[in-house]
Amino acid sequence: MSDVVLETHGLVKHFPLTTGIVFKRQVGAVQAVDGVNITLRRRETLGIVGESGCGKSTLAKLLVGLETPTAGSITVNGTDLSTLTAEQLRRTRRDIQLVMQDPYTSLNPRMTVGDIIGEPYEIHPDVVAKQDRRENVRELIELVGLNPDHINRYPHQFSGGQRQRIGIARALALRPAIIVCDEPVSALDVSVQAQVINLLERLQDELDLSYIFIAHDLSVVRHIADRVAVMYLGKVVEIGDEQQIYEEPTHPYTQALLSAVPVPDPTLRGRRDQIVLQGDLPSPANPPSGCRFRTRCWKAQDICAEQEPALENRSAAAHPSACHFAEVRDVTHAIQ
Amino acid sequence: MNQTSSDLLTAGGGDPSGFRPDAPPLEVKDLHVEFHTRAGVAHAVNGVSFQVNEGETLAILGESGCGKSVTAQAVMGILDIPPARIGGGQVLYRGMDLLKLPEEKRRAVRANQIAMIFQDALSALNPVFTVGFQLGELFRVHQGMSRADAKKKSVEMLDLVRIPAARQRVSDFPHQFSGGMRQRVMIAMALALDPEVLIADEPTTALDVTVQAQIMQLLDDLKTERNMGLILITHDMGVVADVADRISVMYAGRVVESAPVHEIYARPSHPYTKALLESIPRVDLKGQQLSVIQGLPPALTNVPPGCAFHPRCRYARDECRRDPAPPHYTVDATHLSACHFWEEVRERE
Amino acid sequence: MTEPAAVTSVEAPPSGGTGGPAGRQGTGKPTSLWGDARHQLVRNPIFLVSCLYILVVTSMAVLPRMWTSQSPRTCDIRLSRNSPELWDHPFGFNLNGCDYYAHAIYGARPSLQIAIVATASVVVLGGLVGLLAGYFGGWVDAIISRITDVFLSLPFLLGALVLLTLLQVRNVWTVSLALIVLGWTVIARIMRGSVIETRNLDFVAAARALGAGHGRIMGKHILPNAIAPVVVYATILLGGFVSAEATLTFLGVGLQPPAASWGVMISTHQQYFDRDPWLLLFPVGLLVGTVLSFIMAGDALRDALDPKLQ
Repeated sequence: MSDVVLETHGLVKHFPLTTGIVFKRQVGAVQAVDGVNITLRRRETLGIVGESGCGKSTLAKLLVGLETPTAGSITVNGTDLSTLTAEQLRRTRRDIQLVMQDPYTSLNPRMTVGDIIGEPYEIHPDVVAKQDRRENVRELIELVGLNPDHINRYPHQFSGGQRQRIGIARALALRPAIIVCDEPVSALDVSVQAQVINLLERLQDELDLSYIFIAHDLSVVRHIADRVAVMYLGKVVEIGDEQQIYEEPTHPYTQALLSAVPVPDPTLRGRRDQIVLQGDLPSPANPPSGCRFRTRCWKAQDICAEQEPALENRSAAAHPSACHFAEVRDVTHAIQ
Repeated sequence: MNQTSSDLLTAGGGDPSGFRPDAPPLEVKDLHVEFHTRAGVAHAVNGVSFQVNEGETLAILGESGCGKSVTAQAVMGILDIPPARIGGGQVLYRGMDLLKLPEEKRRAVRANQIAMIFQDALSALNPVFTVGFQLGELFRVHQGMSRADAKKKSVEMLDLVRIPAARQRVSDFPHQFSGGMRQRVMIAMALALDPEVLIADEPTTALDVTVQAQIMQLLDDLKTERNMGLILITHDMGVVADVADRISVMYAGRVVESAPVHEIYARPSHPYTKALLESIPRVDLKGQQLSVIQGLPPALTNVPPGCAFHPRCRYARDECRRDPAPPHYTVDATHLSACHFWEEVRERE
Repeated sequence: MTEPAAVTSVEAPPSGGTGGPAGRQGTGKPTSLWGDARHQLVRNPIFLVSCLYILVVTSMAVLPRMWTSQSPRTCDIRLSRNSPELWDHPFGFNLNGCDYYAHAIYGARPSLQIAIVATASVVVLGGLVGLLAGYFGGWVDAIISRITDVFLSLPFLLGALVLLTLLQVRNVWTVSLALIVLGWTVIARIMRGSVIETRNLDFVAAARALGAGHGRIMGKHILPNAIAPVVVYATILLGGFVSAEATLTFLGVGLQPPAASWGVMISTHQQYFDRDPWLLLFPVGLLVGTVLSFIMAGDALRDALDPKLQ
């Protein structure tokens, strides 16, 4: 009995580009997510990292149903979501909830905190009986470390970090198995980030949660994730457990990304392997043929343009990497 | 120092009082800035002092609301007065107090000698003019260059900030550049008049990490080439470790610790600095416990008495609340800490 | 490509307290859009004066007996166009020898009635249309917008003239109808724009992710957050409709005597301006005062609700 809670197969999302006002004609597509396979197990945190345009935000939206896939499938607890009726889908979606990035816009300013956290119960009335709802909301508020007596306050009366906790409480209301966190701490101050990260970790232990943790901050992801997937222009270029990705990256993009992450240790200055990428990010509407990273890669050869490298285990390391010339290179520590 | 500015300083006759070419290019002494708001008086900057020397990078580190941006804006003279009010202190350019200069002299100094770049390049650049036009305008207006010369100089500047195909791109509009490129354009504009000090207010916060690395490298190289003073305002302790020579840590409008970069990371001597270092995850370590700073930064209209950090400090004693705000104790010749118990903080691991 | 504007500026504005929420720190009041607005408005003298004037005029409409014991219908033709007599007949007598002051007081009611009925209807109708167009987008928006465009291109006065002439009946309801038919489009436009802005906010996406249906999202999330510009414009519209009624009456298609409204008063007595100017000046003064009050109140409201002006 596998404990895989979530799986995607060849997940694709293309946004059509159209011209014309009255009669629209499709002239191309932004290939935001282009064939992504990931798995998530119980109590596991899968980190998804990448820079702007890599598709991680679109992936988040696909997972929680804010966008419908152009192709491919999402399987939750063994059930392919595309095989469900609208009503069944609605019920299954309770198991995947979303925590959003910006605490200042993710809560309706005209609703009290109690209403915000309790809204899931009104949308899905069969989860908690009406008379128990308020008590449940109070418990949730306490669970995320806030004072339940503030249940009637409005979002603007809380700080950014506290609002983010409210967002987390809202995501927990329906007792989901999976929470998709889309940059949950990026908009917070450094000292508050630690509070929210610790909260997420504690909740994972207490409530048996699985997280998909999407972020651009690789330091945060290293801290919280068990496994990490690196995305570039809509594709996963490398995936492995945290140790493998951070200590033994094999894909050039992962290496470049990691080498660019600053470490709060001045003694490492000038002693790390610095990889500076050339060129600009290609347009997702017109990605390069073959390997999408080849236009900026120092290892690029002819084969890279002709044949797209599959995400598979390469002899170099024990985790999948989408590069014809995958090779381990340590970029986070000082060169000895 | 360029020719224009020394002309400007002596223009209008008389001795540009206080001007000393050997004084640091920028020194701020005991600056006070307050905001008069509906909710009360917010003491945004509360006696801040620092200096930056030629070829040196000073990082002003702090979280939101600590007053670091307001300090920079006060130095640049771009504060909204009112509701802001400069309550005291000195902003010294080579020994000359900018706050006491007549308006036009002050503007001359600020235009030519001290430049600033911001977080959001898109809103700092005028969308209806080409980049070349905006750059060229600086040369035409401030240095009286001809249109042709200004254009040539603009291409040179774009080259300087490593924008590929500068000659073609000089006729592009801001929105045609990517975020990192726009930031480079903004740097080019800031450096056009050859300033002695560049203030960078969160220049890379909105950028991807690979682009951030390029921009920080560019700033570092330019600083060295031109022997400028660079003031980097940021909340990112990783970036600071990479590029800074000295760091001033700010909290609730005050500098709580200032030291050379290696000192700050190796032997932090203020509880806030120490707590910050312990609360950030690192890409080269796994499994460390993220220490948390309880509570929230104070509202600047209601700063706690005594040491502003005491409600959140694990070293706090009665004196911290009772006594006036801690002075800057001398930890050693180059290291100051505003904590009564800095020795204890420094020793404890 | 930069990181999208998702990384919002971490530096909080210094006004109203930074870092911790002002309310909890004890000194500042909690700042929210309407709370701030209310705070600002009660300190705005223009707003207060406008509201006072509107209150006065409203009380004239609702409780005319509070203001005058005379009836506008006790008329003595022999007193026609007599000058004002202080205290008993402060505005003198009109063409038919009726107490002009009483007319002015009683005239407030139909003017205000039309304005309120028309504005309320326009807000409901236009608001609903704008909400649907803005929320659904796509072909729904396309169809609604084209319909809106058609109505927008009807010239106001001409359209009202034609409509009222066709209807033949001239009372408060028909005049209101004319104003509604020709005026709903502006509110629809405003609401549509506001809804389009609101529907992209994160908390709307959060509600959708939770599985909320269209009705809930429109009613609980979009409407309360999009309504501010409509409220502002509706306030100004009240004044506009008062003035529009007077215009239509002046042109002969609005209310007719013996109905008493300011428009009727103006239209009836405009020819006597050179001989007895006060016959025109009193109703004009009241009219202008009322319209001005609504406009200024609406202006003050707009400034108070504009987050960028804080």
